[in-house]
Amino acid sequence: MTDSDNHFEGLRGEPTGEGQHGGTAAGEGDRASRARRRAIGTPPPALARRLLGDGRAAERAEKPELPAEPANAQRARRAEQIAALCFAISFLGSVAFIAAYVIFQVHTLDDTFRSNLALGGSMTVAFLAIAVGAVIWVRELMPQVELTEERHPLASAQEDRQAFERTFAEGAQASQVVKRPLLRRSLLLALGPLALAPLIVLRDLGPLPRARLRHTAWKKGTRLVVYGTNEPVRAADFSSPGSLITVVPEGTADDLEAVAKAATIIIKFRPGELRRPTVMDWTVDGIVAYSKICTHVGCPAALYEHTTHHILCPCHQSTFDAQRGARVLFGPAPRPLPQLPITVDGEGYLVAQSDFHVPVGPSFWELG
Amino acid sequence: MSTADKALRGVGGYLDDRFRGAKSLRTFFRKIFPDHWSFLLGEIALYSFIILLLTGTFLTLFFNPSMTDVVYHGTYTKLNGVRMSEAYASTLNISFDVRGGLLMRQIHHWAALLFLAAIMSHMLRIFFTGAFRKPREINWLIGVTLLTLGILEGFVGYSLPDDLLSGTGLRILEGVLLSIPIVGTYVTFFVLGGQFPGHLLIPRLYIVHVLLLPALILALVTAHLFIMFHQKHTQMPGKARTDHNVVGAPMYPYFMAKTGAFFFFIFAVLAGLSTVAQINPIWLFGPYNPAAISAGSQPDFYMGWLEGALRMMPAWQINLWGYALSLSVFIAALLIFGLLMTGLALYPFIEQWVTGDKREHHVLDRPRNAATRTAIGVAGVTFYGVLWLLGGNDLIAHYFDIQLYWTTWFGRIVIVVGPIVAYILTKRICLGLQRKDRELIEHGVESGIIRQLPSGEFIEVTRPPDEESRAAVMSRVLFHGLAADGEREDGLLPAETRAPGAEVAAAAAGTRAPAAFESRAPGAEVAVSEAESRVPTPEARHVMGRLRLRLNHVFREGISLQEGDSHGDGHGHGDGHGDGHRELPSADEESTPRS
Amino acid sequence: MSWITARRRHPAAGYAVLLLALVLIGAAYAAFAGHGTTASAAANPPGATKQQLAHGRQLFEVTCATCHGIDAQGSARGPSLIGVGAAAVDFQISTGRMPAKEIGAQMQEKRPVMNRTQTLAVANYIASLGGGPPIPSGAQVNTAGADAALGQQLFASNCAACHNFAGAGGALTYGKYGPPLTAATPTQIYEAMLTGPEAMPVFSDSTVTPDQKRAIIRYVTQTRSEPNPGGFSLGRVGPVTEGIVGWLAGIGLLILAGMWITAKQREQ
Repeated sequence: MTDSDNHFEGLRGEPTGEGQHGGTAAGEGDRASRARRRAIGTPPPALARRLLGDGRAAERAEKPELPAEPANAQRARRAEQIAALCFAISFLGSVAFIAAYVIFQVHTLDDTFRSNLALGGSMTVAFLAIAVGAVIWVRELMPQVELTEERHPLASAQEDRQAFERTFAEGAQASQVVKRPLLRRSLLLALGPLALAPLIVLRDLGPLPRARLRHTAWKKGTRLVVYGTNEPVRAADFSSPGSLITVVPEGTADDLEAVAKAATIIIKFRPGELRRPTVMDWTVDGIVAYSKICTHVGCPAALYEHTTHHILCPCHQSTFDAQRGARVLFGPAPRPLPQLPITVDGEGYLVAQSDFHVPVGPSFWELG
Repeated sequence: MSTADKALRGVGGYLDDRFRGAKSLRTFFRKIFPDHWSFLLGEIALYSFIILLLTGTFLTLFFNPSMTDVVYHGTYTKLNGVRMSEAYASTLNISFDVRGGLLMRQIHHWAALLFLAAIMSHMLRIFFTGAFRKPREINWLIGVTLLTLGILEGFVGYSLPDDLLSGTGLRILEGVLLSIPIVGTYVTFFVLGGQFPGHLLIPRLYIVHVLLLPALILALVTAHLFIMFHQKHTQMPGKARTDHNVVGAPMYPYFMAKTGAFFFFIFAVLAGLSTVAQINPIWLFGPYNPAAISAGSQPDFYMGWLEGALRMMPAWQINLWGYALSLSVFIAALLIFGLLMTGLALYPFIEQWVTGDKREHHVLDRPRNAATRTAIGVAGVTFYGVLWLLGGNDLIAHYFDIQLYWTTWFGRIVIVVGPIVAYILTKRICLGLQRKDRELIEHGVESGIIRQLPSGEFIEVTRPPDEESRAAVMSRVLFHGLAADGEREDGLLPAETRAPGAEVAAAAAGTRAPAAFESRAPGAEVAVSEAESRVPTPEARHVMGRLRLRLNHVFREGISLQEGDSHGDGHGHGDGHGDGHRELPSADEESTPRS
Repeated sequence: MSWITARRRHPAAGYAVLLLALVLIGAAYAAFAGHGTTASAAANPPGATKQQLAHGRQLFEVTCATCHGIDAQGSARGPSLIGVGAAAVDFQISTGRMPAKEIGAQMQEKRPVMNRTQTLAVANYIASLGGGPPIPSGAQVNTAGADAALGQQLFASNCAACHNFAGAGGALTYGKYGPPLTAATPTQIYEAMLTGPEAMPVFSDSTVTPDQKRAIIRYVTQTRSEPNPGGFSLGRVGPVTEGIVGWLAGIGLLILAGMWITAKQREQ
């Protein structure tokens, strides 16, 4: 331990017995000799101490716990200068921040970049300089100390525990709750539904699911429109093998809730390329439509490798075979992408024959 | 008396007249804080949280948590004419039309990352040094709760701007909620207020993010700090540091200055990152659209482990009588989350059951001295780390030219094999370090000086270790740490005095053991007495009892530090021997460490 | 004893050696690693003259026929090129993908081996064999007035899944990948959409009209040239690099600061 080491007094402010150097033995001796030499009529030592104050208290008050000055005065002066310089730099940084706020405008990308750089840079300088200055202050300027504080067992003393138990028991008795079961039970009865009430009022957070998850916006005759342009797709125009595009039901492009279930991809295959279990009746001339909503957790499965006919969902790598009914080849998706039955209308545009025959998107308990 | 003194006395007197603060404030000022850099990790979390509150308040003055569609016409001309939610539009507004807005957004997001990274680092420090032991179990539980709340708060927070990346995360949340058995669809509809995305999700998440979770976190952080103050901070083992004191510098002025300086360091680092490193550029992602998705979509890092779990799980759905149990989603996203947090929360209590150690601990364990605990911790970190790594598997596949599916298979295999290998390796390393410590005590420190003995043999001269190193090594036995099998708890007494009076003898030997502290772990007593007497203890009648004894034995594997125990051939200690030993260690030197 | 030898047992010695080794390896890698390709400039193809066709045929026989067959009919090593069109050939050769250096999961972009004249010659020759989409004209890829907002919507729904929201690229299966779009010229982007090279789907002009293609091209070129107002972009890949920087720079720097604050002080 260093020379400046001190023993702290315990929490109650009383000196701990063995810990203090040189205090105990002398004190005992003093008290004993005073007791012997006490004149008749003078108060006993304990009372005397209380009346006159303990001589040692004065001693204790004069001995400081922390040294006032650091050991090396020259180093301290140097440290003070460095810390002061750091604080001065910080001051400049803060002023620069205010100036930058006034000077640098935003409203274009380049201006935003400059403003961010100026504001952020000055803020960084301001904070960093204070931090460095403060650390130099603590480490080099404040006198080094290593002090020891006593720990006492965290558990309360036995008497305190027992006193608490007594008070608790007395209070319980006085409250009559322990002695009167009718009171107790009726109180519990009253509190029961009160605790439940906050949950009850949450019922209207949302509608009941019912069969909503089983249906999408696709209906018989709904045209497929390209998502983003809202243009319907002619089967004859979608003729290059390996083509893919995202489509939604006509009229739903602005309704995110509808798109979130109805988004579909159409893929063009060469004649004869599609295989079971793709339902051929639901295809048009090698054009097949699958739900875009991945059956894992609902990301759009949009990645299509036309050389391998694999639809890959980029979120968790579920892979579906577009040639074979979008059945799952790899990854965590538990079921194939539902196939949308499509056909052409009188003008040659692609339309849906009906809604999907199975629910789209992630599996849920009532999937069926 | 100067004016400043008079003013201070005036203010102090005014308050003290009303609140009686002199004594308690003085106690507060004189509180001792031990110094170690790893004790500052919790402070990073605390101050990041404060910075989050400050920058977050600024953002709330401009953010509009509404999912109503608007057509954008503003500074970011590339999106002019695009339909987006008001939440997204207001975030664009903050970024490009409010001075300092982008800076505040970036500081807020970097601070969130720092907050969670600091919580995790702090938690690991607590774990590996055994600071969660009695009396700090409740604080550990508060900490695990804070970690969970922090993860949720971050997830909810970055979902507020309703951009493509975070909206995908919300979509995944919907899929995860749907996978809950029986009540999944109801929970989903109640949380979303209908179907996805609906119009209520962002406003609801907003109030969770700015009011409910911060209030909970603030309350728990306050309790966490108060408990730490009340119980006093733990300390690293070292010279004169015991379970009955705290050694360091006082709060006022030392610790206040240091912690204040650290606060400014943290703010400086965050401001620096926000100046030079762009984070969450929502204008590049575009507004959320359920039909759009980007390659390489990941959540923020603290959610990455759940993302990895989702990617790693093979397809698994059980269909029973018209009901579907989507296990690939439920296990990955919910079950693993729950198991990991529960495991973390229960760990102190499990360890206490295994070791039977009911004493207060205020001196920290060096991780090597608690080899099994450290190995379990590293195995846990490996498990978490594999999940985290898999969260970015498509980026890893792309940038490191590894086939995509191989990364998935790698994850599936290493998630099981990795923790096992990590456990074994870590335990071996810890035991090796313990042996090195014993060598330090017995043979001293190599001085680099070679001396030739008259016999012609070359030896390296060693010197005894300094007080600090010696204290650090011996702390394992002196301060009721985890003693090795067969090793005396105090390390200094012969076997005969292992009776209840041992605490008195221990006190006489120079360590203090007041009555409130038990001197030996009952489990140790049980295990040792069984080994000696060969009479089975009553515990061994039940399966749980036998399991406990077995686990206790494994937990306490370690290298004995007892004097005279290491070399059967009685070499001298302290100087003269480094690599000069050619004898193999004798059979009873080490308690048989089995992994 | 030299300065270094005297400090061989310094606590930081091991870390210093490791750091030095990493720096040297990194520098060596950077020096030797392959560099990105330079794409050749787009230009309007001139009319195909007889000489040009003959030149193209000659180049084809020398460079391409080994894999694609002497009459471009295809072989075990390369598909038939009859009907692929000039646009596909221009794309593959101008990005350096063809001639392929090695047959792997996907042809890598590299420094093109043919200059513009040669590329056009081969392209026109192939076009003469069986038609197919022509090289887009300068007007077709002129993005002035194109609607970048529409481009954003189309890109996000159809392209970002492979190429990432900013065109930084992404992983596909079995070693394939969606390449980054940072170096592609407007012509090459148009051609890629039109012809669907390798695994990329085909976005023909009847599905995605030329106007819409221009919108997409405008979105791509505008995004990649846009400044990053928040600082370094960290690769524009999102939270993964942000997390790495947060841990390494954030926690790392603060641990260093903490070590300084709590370090044992020298005797004053």
